[in-house]
Amino acid sequence: MNAVAAAAPVQPSEARVARRETVAALLRSKTFIAGNLIVGFWVFWAIVGAHLTPHDPLAQTSSVLARPFGHYWLGTDSLGRDVLSRVLAGATSIMKIAPLATLLGVAGGTVVGLVTGYFRGFVDDALGRVIDAILALPLIVIAVTAIVSIGASNATLIVVIGAVFTPLVARTVRAAVLAERDLDYVPAARLRGERAPYIMFVEILPNVLGPIIVEGTVRLGYAIFAVAGLTFLGFGIQPPSPDWSLQIAENYALLAGGSYWWTVLFPGLAVASLVIGVNLVADGLTQVVER
Amino acid sequence: MSASAFEPALELVDVDVAYKVRGIDRQVLRGVSLTIERGHSYGLVGESGCGKSTAALAIVQYLPRNGRVRAGEIRIAGRDVVSLTRPELRRLRADDVSMVYQNPGSALNPSIRVGAQVAEVFTVRGVKKAEALELARGALVKVQIADPGSVLERYPHQLSGGMQQRVVIAMALAKDPTLLILDEPTTGLDATVEAEVLDLVAGLQAEFQTAVLFISHNLGVIAKMCEQVGVLYAGRLVEEGSVDRVLHEPRHPYTVGLLRCIPRGGARKDHGRLDTIAGFLPNLGEELPGCVFAPRCTLAKEICHTEEPPLHALGGGHVSRCHFHEEAEQLPRVEAAQLELPAIERNFEPLLRFDDLGKVFRQHGHHVHALVGVSAAIWPGEALGLVGESGSGKTTLARTLLGIVGPTSGAVTLDGKALEGRLGQRSADEIRALQIVFQNPDSALNRRHSVRRILRRALRKLAGVSGAAADRRMIDLMHSVRLAERYVSAKPGQLSGGLKQRLAIARAFAGEPQVVVCDEPTSALDVSVQAAILNLLVELQAERRVAYLFISHDLGVVRYISDRIAVLYLGRLMELGPAEVVFDGPHHPYTEALLSAVPTIDGGGRERIKLAGEIPSAAEPPSGCVFHTRCHRKVGEICELEEPPLVEVEGGHLMSCHIPIEELRVLQAGRREAATA
Repeated sequence: MNAVAAAAPVQPSEARVARRETVAALLRSKTFIAGNLIVGFWVFWAIVGAHLTPHDPLAQTSSVLARPFGHYWLGTDSLGRDVLSRVLAGATSIMKIAPLATLLGVAGGTVVGLVTGYFRGFVDDALGRVIDAILALPLIVIAVTAIVSIGASNATLIVVIGAVFTPLVARTVRAAVLAERDLDYVPAARLRGERAPYIMFVEILPNVLGPIIVEGTVRLGYAIFAVAGLTFLGFGIQPPSPDWSLQIAENYALLAGGSYWWTVLFPGLAVASLVIGVNLVADGLTQVVER
Repeated sequence: MSASAFEPALELVDVDVAYKVRGIDRQVLRGVSLTIERGHSYGLVGESGCGKSTAALAIVQYLPRNGRVRAGEIRIAGRDVVSLTRPELRRLRADDVSMVYQNPGSALNPSIRVGAQVAEVFTVRGVKKAEALELARGALVKVQIADPGSVLERYPHQLSGGMQQRVVIAMALAKDPTLLILDEPTTGLDATVEAEVLDLVAGLQAEFQTAVLFISHNLGVIAKMCEQVGVLYAGRLVEEGSVDRVLHEPRHPYTVGLLRCIPRGGARKDHGRLDTIAGFLPNLGEELPGCVFAPRCTLAKEICHTEEPPLHALGGGHVSRCHFHEEAEQLPRVEAAQLELPAIERNFEPLLRFDDLGKVFRQHGHHVHALVGVSAAIWPGEALGLVGESGSGKTTLARTLLGIVGPTSGAVTLDGKALEGRLGQRSADEIRALQIVFQNPDSALNRRHSVRRILRRALRKLAGVSGAAADRRMIDLMHSVRLAERYVSAKPGQLSGGLKQRLAIARAFAGEPQVVVCDEPTSALDVSVQAAILNLLVELQAERRVAYLFISHDLGVVRYISDRIAVLYLGRLMELGPAEVVFDGPHHPYTEALLSAVPTIDGGGRERIKLAGEIPSAAEPPSGCVFHTRCHRKVGEICELEEPPLVEVEGGHLMSCHIPIEELRVLQAGRREAATA
């Protein structure tokens, strides 16, 4: 073996080809592309926020409840605020809280899933029952109870949703870990004298990242949904934020008369489109990763 | 079909098959032509990736979506299957062709009772339901299932692998097909079960006059089952002829090389090294202007690389696609240098000994005795072979010694020092001393870690070196297992099967182990790669005086590498002795049966001992001698009542049998003469 041979990479492209193939498969997936376009649109508005909106989303004007498709494209609300600007700027809060909550849930779930899947036994059995119990209660009920006792704030929202997600993510991770721990590289590591944390986080974790990423994306959809629901009930994001659910909560009473529908419909469509977008991304990822 | 009664059962004419990968057609079969007359059997051999299974799939038009027959004709009973419409193809599959695959477990629907599945073969052909069930019972009787009534009522998972394969064969033959395609039908089965399934297929073939295409990598199985054989290499049929001619007077260098790789005829490591075939199979769809085998052929000359050799007819239907077919048998040997094997001193304290080792698993409230009172010892530089059917406790014994599972009773001592049962309680030195090479490197190597990471970590944990010193040691280690340096940043997925196993061996040897357990280290590999790995293991043993506990179901391999052999049955040691003695006899009746079950390339005439029934459950082992339920030499009541002790019957040869050694010698002498004649 001379230096030249050592430097020459072997089957140079194989690893890269595999990665490129995954990317290519994702780019071929119409679902994934469509989802990303929708999510990308809202990420953009979440970042630029009120800076690029046609009007100041918080500015009140004298043209109260103007109909859409006139001077104000999507009309104005009862305080004369531009609905279009409020819908565009309304992405900011939810796009901060939902991903952070998901991240917390995925991180916690990964740790719990690795530990229970690797050690099995009592901890595993006990946790299984806890998860069953949590699944039996609607998320909103647990969250409302927790928020009422701690007090509503963005941080509470993140922690509560993250905590509720932890066992759910853990279950998925555990299933993937169970399949991995039966492979011989685990006893091979033990036969080197490796300790359990090394085996879990360095040996097993890289091999279960695929399902974790997919689960994370699915959870993000649910997180958006949860934040929106809690905000609507008054336990989530607090005014004066132009958040979508707050808009719906503030204006839905106006629906009763049959007029002024635009104040509720457009923010509602915004929430729906974001959830659909995230789910499309999740579907695309699932198809490619679990192919 | 009546008009085609005289057409050959299967005819392939210049068939090209290509798979489209990343937008490019990659050729997998290159102009394959073969004919199987009605009632005849044809074996297709070759290493993995040569296109054997692709050929089978193309014949029944089951190619994956990216594959297609690019050129040529495939005719079953005179009908061109490539041009058939979908309904016609369905009819053909329902009436004329059957396939049996390697894994019977996945060929049967796990949620439908066996009876309903077998009956379906008849109902799709228009038979009434009640009548179909009757016919299904008859089909099971044909494949010698003793109790068809209860088997019909069971679900596939309640049957053993051999039984499942019988059911699949019953389904395949139920419609009296013109052509039966068997794709590695016995590869996942034990030798004893394999022998029974093969006997069954041979008998049924004769009875039904079915044409058989038998695909296998095992030349012994082909020799036993087929009249004609075709050798496939890189999608091209390189040699074809009668089994006798091709296996005994091969005229293509690939066939010659393949035959030389196999440890057979009592080959042993101290007699010489195994031959290997240098190089690798060409990549999928690689353009090969000359002979497909030229890049690996030691006979290859200029012309081989530029000109495709024509089919040379050698008389008697024997053809070879080689420019120099006359010289093929003089193919230069690719032999490694001879080695000085360490002398084994058994007068001293053994390196590793285990006494009265027992392991009980608790399963659904049952106590499963996986190991019962197993005692043996291994001396430095020695290889102890471990054989037995699956479920005999081979792997459990290995894992118990390593401490992956703790023993229920008994003791393990290393260098005279008692070892803790469980790995967690052993010292770093003790862990380092006992290492393992697993059966399947895909499972044993972390697919996300690079070669460098795998080896450096092993060096750090087992040898205590890190930094630049670890890099140097890593390169040394890679050299000693013949793993080229350029692979350091590759991940296991980028390595071939043989290279992966070399990496796994390098990892096991990182900390200078004293005993290495080899758990079927070559069973997932092709024979040419197997030969190279066995050579490597022998080399490492010669260099480092390491001891092996070598587990394998391939008795040729065990015989080649082992100094002594231990035979396990139901977790108990039946026989233990020097390899030559255990193989040549007189041996334990169980060993005798095991040996007779192995299909060999040379000794086709050996009469097989039929073991009655299946291996009993370890949860309820038989009374007395555990083997008495299947023993062909059972002497009487004593076998059922009294467990024979494991005693030394002659120098270093231990056996657990009520029949005295001298009597066994007489009983078995007749058979041995027949076999050697």
